[in-house]
Amino acid sequence: MPRVDAGSRLRGAAAVVGVGQAGMGEAVGWSAMELLATAVRAALDDAGLGLHEVDGLFAGTAIHAMPTLSVAEYLGIRPRFSDGSMIGGASFHAHALTATMALEAGLCDVAVIAYGSDQRSAGGFASVSEPQPYEVPYAPRYPVSAYALAASRHMFEFGTTREQLAEVAVAARAWARHNPEAFERGPLEVADVLASRMVSDPLTVRDCCLVTDGAAAVVLVRSERAADARRPPVYLLGGATEHWHRQIAAMPDLTTTAASVSGPRALRMAGLALADIDVVELYDAFTITPLLFLEDLGFCRKGEGGAFVADGAIAPGGRLPVNTNGGGLSCVHPGMYGLFMIVEAVRQLRGEAPGWQVPGAATALVHANGGTLSSQSTLVLGTGATL
Amino acid sequence: MPRDASALAGTGATPGPEATFRRYLEGGKLMLQRSRGSGAFVFYPRVACPGTGATDLEWVEAAGGGTVYATTTVRRRPDRGGPYNVALVDLDEGVRCMSRVEGIAPDRVRIGSRVRARIDRVDGAAVLVFVPDPAAEGDDAAG
Repeated sequence: MPRVDAGSRLRGAAAVVGVGQAGMGEAVGWSAMELLATAVRAALDDAGLGLHEVDGLFAGTAIHAMPTLSVAEYLGIRPRFSDGSMIGGASFHAHALTATMALEAGLCDVAVIAYGSDQRSAGGFASVSEPQPYEVPYAPRYPVSAYALAASRHMFEFGTTREQLAEVAVAARAWARHNPEAFERGPLEVADVLASRMVSDPLTVRDCCLVTDGAAAVVLVRSERAADARRPPVYLLGGATEHWHRQIAAMPDLTTTAASVSGPRALRMAGLALADIDVVELYDAFTITPLLFLEDLGFCRKGEGGAFVADGAIAPGGRLPVNTNGGGLSCVHPGMYGLFMIVEAVRQLRGEAPGWQVPGAATALVHANGGTLSSQSTLVLGTGATL
Repeated sequence: MPRDASALAGTGATPGPEATFRRYLEGGKLMLQRSRGSGAFVFYPRVACPGTGATDLEWVEAAGGGTVYATTTVRRRPDRGGPYNVALVDLDEGVRCMSRVEGIAPDRVRIGSRVRARIDRVDGAAVLVFVPDPAAEGDDAAG
């Protein structure tokens, strides 16, 4: 067993007591902020708390230059502590650790992490991100070309095949078929993925995440207060964020992500080993990402991710339950997916998954990615029995 | 986008590393920064070596040779110009940059292929691109 390590004082210090979602899939006529606020309302209802009790606010979007200011104004709250750190899709995982710190330090008592996007209805991915001077002349499609470059390198170094990448999309769809909230629920086979439109070689449109609308929110409180929650609390046992680059050309090695550091660090904080994990959520913006994370987190050796996912190993009934809601590939992916993964993990640990429920799940590893394999953030969550 | 180095020239101000790089590129030279102390090359250009903070950087002309590290073909629609290559190239000096390999079908660019730097003009600006290295006989990329 790994020893309990850095941050162990925060292990179990805070718990998720409310989760909410809104506008899953398509929400024509609803703005990103309206969806976000609806998800916050749902999460607070789930927690049995009022908006006036929220004094910690965490938010990040691709369309707001100052997200916590916009969200707090819209909700009409005056948070004592707020953090709008923006590191892409992993922002909300990072916020969860910061929220735990702020709660533990008494800087706030009720923390809300929120996200919302109307990118499907609004006509596609929008971002306030600055242009990259050393990339603009080459017009990579952002972000898919960066992930395609990583996939090309993985195939070159390890012999990973397009069929193996397709297995990730097929497994995600198999989970989604059980989930009434999932956006894409039709049948999908490896041959369908291979035959679909190529976007940026070797990634086809079915190797890429969905473009949906959607919003999510979670509510955290200190653990002593969580005991009074309406629903079973889910405790933050470990959390770690690591980032080594922003743009893909600056990534030291395209086949090894910073998840190789964030994962072990989060597990050490939780005092758990991979073998103790019941449910795994891995950010699947593209089929290559779960492969990289399975390797970097240690579920298999470097280069063996392709073989690991073959034959339905990460599909329902396989050897490891990965992306149990259908993931960003088949459930929901409104620009940034991180917070939806946390919601799914919490529901699995409460025993109330909307789709396939992993029986008796007590621990979850939820790993998010942001930018172009840039930010990596791992959370380890557990039920009260794991404290 | 970077400032135009020529606009600064008349002011007497010393341009920063990014503008200096552009100025060299506009003059037809691919220049890289190198730390005098460690000998390590730096790209993209910075005011100090990443990680160490060393400021003993000098400009050195790159030899121009490189190896394709990763490659993709962006499948742009034919009526919008058709597919094009985006690649990461490792220069022989030990630094990596995003670029594209020209003079070959975009989907025939192979990882590990030897390439040579070339400075193109795109929309009036100098742009670093690569072409298959003619010296690398039998190389996939040269086919």
